[in-house]
Amino acid sequence: MNEDILMLQTIERYLDGTMLPDEREYFEQLRKNTSEIDQMVVEHSMFLQQMHGFKNRQNFKHSLNGVHDKLLAQGVINDGEETTFKGKVIQMYHKYKKDMAIAASVGGVIAVVISGLFTYFSPVVSSNKLQQLSIEFAAIKKNQQVQGSIINEVKSKLPKNVNLISGGTGFLIDAKGFIITNAHVLKGNSAIVVNNEGDEFNADIAFIDTKKDIAILKIKDEDFKTHKSLPYSLDKHNVDLGEEIFTLGFPKNDITYTQGYLSSNTGLDGDTSSYQIQMNSNPGNSGGPVFNKNGEVVGVLSSKQIQADGVTFVIKSKNICSVLDDLKRDDTAFSKLKLPTSSSIKGKDRKTQVKKIEDCVFSVKAYNRSLK
Amino acid sequence: MKAEINEQALLKGLANNDTKAIELIYKNNFKTVQSLIINNNGSYDDARDIFQEAMIALYEKAQSESFVLTCKLNTYVYSICRRLWLKRLQQLGKFSNQIDSHEEAVSVEEDLEFHLRRNAEFTIMDRALNSLGEPCKSLLEGFYIKDLDMQALAKQFGYTNADNAKNQKYKCLIRLKKLFFSQYNIGE
Repeated sequence: MNEDILMLQTIERYLDGTMLPDEREYFEQLRKNTSEIDQMVVEHSMFLQQMHGFKNRQNFKHSLNGVHDKLLAQGVINDGEETTFKGKVIQMYHKYKKDMAIAASVGGVIAVVISGLFTYFSPVVSSNKLQQLSIEFAAIKKNQQVQGSIINEVKSKLPKNVNLISGGTGFLIDAKGFIITNAHVLKGNSAIVVNNEGDEFNADIAFIDTKKDIAILKIKDEDFKTHKSLPYSLDKHNVDLGEEIFTLGFPKNDITYTQGYLSSNTGLDGDTSSYQIQMNSNPGNSGGPVFNKNGEVVGVLSSKQIQADGVTFVIKSKNICSVLDDLKRDDTAFSKLKLPTSSSIKGKDRKTQVKKIEDCVFSVKAYNRSLK
Repeated sequence: MKAEINEQALLKGLANNDTKAIELIYKNNFKTVQSLIINNNGSYDDARDIFQEAMIALYEKAQSESFVLTCKLNTYVYSICRRLWLKRLQQLGKFSNQIDSHEEAVSVEEDLEFHLRRNAEFTIMDRALNSLGEPCKSLLEGFYIKDLDMQALAKQFGYTNADNAKNQKYKCLIRLKKLFFSQYNIGE
């Protein structure tokens, strides 16, 4: 194994041109005389090219999405979803087109109907869409202002002159102060968490996985009193369709309860790592725990579909557990992490459950600390 | 003539992942493609998907120096999208070879084939990376994709020094290469 590493290291240095002239000459001689080494160089160079192409593509995709979202926000392009109606009509038109050689006049009539439908539907729909979007933006802005003012009133633990960048919800998965949330909630490099009483605690971003959209915060604050135990556990089993679920989150400054039901065992485009639930969610709900009726966490609320009402997606607990298991194995900082195993609120009525859970759900606020 | 020069400059910008170039091409083409797809049994999400895929194809073509546009850029983008969408519809078994469009289109078969080959290659790489497990995956991604240096990576992953991290990186790399080539040589 060690020899392999040495060889690879040498080949990489040869390929990126950091070899000294003498060494280079010697190595080239070696390549000429040993076909295996020559082969390894060719193979590795090809591999690096693949890697390079892969990297470029990833970066480009990133740019594309950035541009798309920007143009969408500017209104240069729009997500005129409802216009799919035309698609169906046209499809119908196609279906019958063959027969219409005989009855061309019918085609004319349908064409008139289609164009009528176009003009009737499209303009109204798109202006509706755009308006909705702007309301949403304004609402978010307002929210931030409110948050700002309250933070100023009570002495905040936020450093002075930093602006909050993003926020959402998080919840304890270990009574010692490990909090799980979404990666997209944490757009900044630092975070504080706030409990339902408005007490703030400094937290470290201990782990972040943007692909799975999971992040872990560790509360690092003297004022934080560790809980004796958590009232809920993580349930790895699949939830049944139609099962009732609920969440607690911070779409505003006070904790908010919302309930709904499981509508599909897969997320957007058949994504098996998520559930789809029917529940009204708002910006700020991201990262919140989703409970079944026994008060077990079945997932983390992560996103909603823009074009549909109340279609919300939840990252399954199973996935969260697998991430945590990997972490516990590979990272010493997490080796002592202990997931809650039983739910003490099973069979209690909802009000009691929520009361117990409340203390373990936090509002997460991320900001950028200058790293001077 | 002037338009042609501009389009070549635009392609060059695109090849360098220049946001302004991407934005301009996006602005000039997305709506047309969106109406093509929505009028042919697709949704807004499909349009976004197909259009971005075409952009990727164009981006990767633009990077080879031998690439010269033989028609207007708009026509090219439209044609690629049209072919990609036809292909998608066929895969879904929704449609035969007819597609409703009012724009001029050129044949892009060869370029599309090149793109699909690239897709297959990158899928292999993606799969290989994802089956590595952590911390190998993030370590290699950090080094080869995010361009972080060994010092920073050692710190991020908690290795005591850069040398140890480097050693680990090579171990991971050997595993990744094995995974990659075992798939690559079979040829998908």
